[in-house]
Amino acid sequence: MEQSADIQPVVELTNLEFQYDRGEFHIKLPNLIIHRGQKVAMIGASGTGKTTLLHLIAGIRTPLAGKIQVSDVSMNQLSDSARRQFRISHIGFVFQDFELVEYLNVFDNILHAYRLNPSLQLDEAVKSRARELAAQLGIVDKLKRSVKALSQGERQRVAICRALLPQPQLILADEATGNLDPDNKQRILDILFRYVDEQPSTLLAVTHDYELLERFDRVIDLKTVMAIAPALSETTQSVASPLAQKRQEETV
Amino acid sequence: MNGMKASFFLAWKYLSFNKLRTTILIACVTLVGALPLSLNLLLSASERELMARAETTPLVVGAKGSDLDLAINSLYFTTVPPEPITMAEVTQIQTSGLAIAIPLHTQFQARNFPIIGTTLDYLDLRQLTVAAGRNFSILGETVLGADVAATLNLKPGDTLVSSPESVFDFGGVYPLKMNVVGVLEKSYTADDNAVFVDIKTAWVIQGLGHGHQDLAQPEDSDVVLEQNDNVVTANANLTQYNQIDADNLASFHFHGSTDTFPLTAVIAVPQDDKSAAILRGRYEVSEASSQIIQPASVIEELLLEIFKVRNILNLVFVLVSVATVVALILVFNLSLRLRQREMETNFKLGCCRSMIIRLVTAEIATILVVSLGCSLVITAGTGVFKDRITRTMLS
Repeated sequence: MEQSADIQPVVELTNLEFQYDRGEFHIKLPNLIIHRGQKVAMIGASGTGKTTLLHLIAGIRTPLAGKIQVSDVSMNQLSDSARRQFRISHIGFVFQDFELVEYLNVFDNILHAYRLNPSLQLDEAVKSRARELAAQLGIVDKLKRSVKALSQGERQRVAICRALLPQPQLILADEATGNLDPDNKQRILDILFRYVDEQPSTLLAVTHDYELLERFDRVIDLKTVMAIAPALSETTQSVASPLAQKRQEETV
Repeated sequence: MNGMKASFFLAWKYLSFNKLRTTILIACVTLVGALPLSLNLLLSASERELMARAETTPLVVGAKGSDLDLAINSLYFTTVPPEPITMAEVTQIQTSGLAIAIPLHTQFQARNFPIIGTTLDYLDLRQLTVAAGRNFSILGETVLGADVAATLNLKPGDTLVSSPESVFDFGGVYPLKMNVVGVLEKSYTADDNAVFVDIKTAWVIQGLGHGHQDLAQPEDSDVVLEQNDNVVTANANLTQYNQIDADNLASFHFHGSTDTFPLTAVIAVPQDDKSAAILRGRYEVSEASSQIIQPASVIEELLLEIFKVRNILNLVFVLVSVATVVALILVFNLSLRLRQREMETNFKLGCCRSMIIRLVTAEIATILVVSLGCSLVITAGTGVFKDRITRTMLS
């Protein structure tokens, strides 16, 4: 099938196999494709490997077998150093527990990635963009504050700012709304979706919040994906928009 | 360069956030750096100071015995006074024309400060000048060292009573109320803690001289028990004076020849090296009951012993430094374990492999640089004030 530019695959997993050194947990995933611009929710019971799959896509972990392609780059073939460099510049990771650095203030937390790897150059333009992002997320007045003095919702927004600042092509969110109240959950999703639409970027979000699923273009049940045949490796549980419907049809 | 700058930025932020831990680490490293340097400076200054006082005291004559006790007592008035010699030693040295003889009498105290019975030559020898009042000139007058005056809050016009040798010494010397006529300029030496009187005043304190009502015309005739020619015998009701003033000064007198009166030591300031050699030769004869010492030689021998202590101190410092370095390694290791989650987050974000090493290195470097700075400041401060510190300690 010929695909247009806006529905090119951003993530493509083929015959993926992974197992931890210890324990019986393993992942076998025949095929999974996520297209550019999609807002994809990934669901599944605890222990099915959602976080591990995000780590594999981000290159934090390497598979036993199979192929991981992210934005035309084969993660398997990259060296550890190149994978780190690719991750920090192309992938924005929003962690479940925010994972902010407590000894840095809000502004320095947002800029943190730029101080961790020389492949990202911290300059005035970046700082200015960080302030704009903070303004968009409503935390610009808290830039000098300690992250310990922030509410859960504010901390999550700081984590999102940090993930979005390098203008990633792919956003991986690991239960980014897990600890938030309903209003904040909606607000965080609004922010991520707006960024994906404006950039454009792609969002793969692990979530347990089933009431939010209807807002995503696609929903992937990991258990189903790992169990069914490669040709049917995507399962759309709910579709909220015509675009999502179209993409689901095309992909299948 | 940016990576280095970022490492130091993050290290600084981490250290600033954990202020207590950082302060303790810096304090430990600072002490390890500053203590040996500062103590060595102070030891060197102390040695110089000890030698300087010894070198300005060319020769000391005293009773045979420990030359170290004689030197320390004559220089610092701190040890138990050696066996007495007599004033005849002073006369003998003076009449020889070989040296100026300065008597020292250090047997008594006034409120725990040594009373130094001497002559004005001593003040000249030590270049002591009067800051307030004047020098002692008559019997019963005293000039106080700066620290004595400050501690006892005394000034010219006040009085100071000599202390009895023992509370239970009823038959011993009577306390003498001395008139303070001057306070010396601070010299940062043992002289700051001394009470200076004329040698004759010291003998009065010792009971060798006294003043009492005129027995030729007594107020109470019953005090005279017997009168034969020039010899008058009085009973215990005879009033003796315990303070010397203008009215009773003339009544003070000594019984016997002052040449037989006791001294602790005599400082001899020879005219030249030849005179010094001759004078020393005279005391080398075995029959002499006194000895002559060169305080500089005695103190030099003492310092050689102190050098051995310094070596032990240096060894202790090396051991303490090794222990501190091991403790620092442990602290950083534990710190890294506590920061495991932060490091994992950094890794997940895409932190380059060398960054963790650079972060720890930057932290250690920052602590070492700040500690080194503090050590230098403390050492420099010690260097600037070393003379004052050692003088204060030694005095």
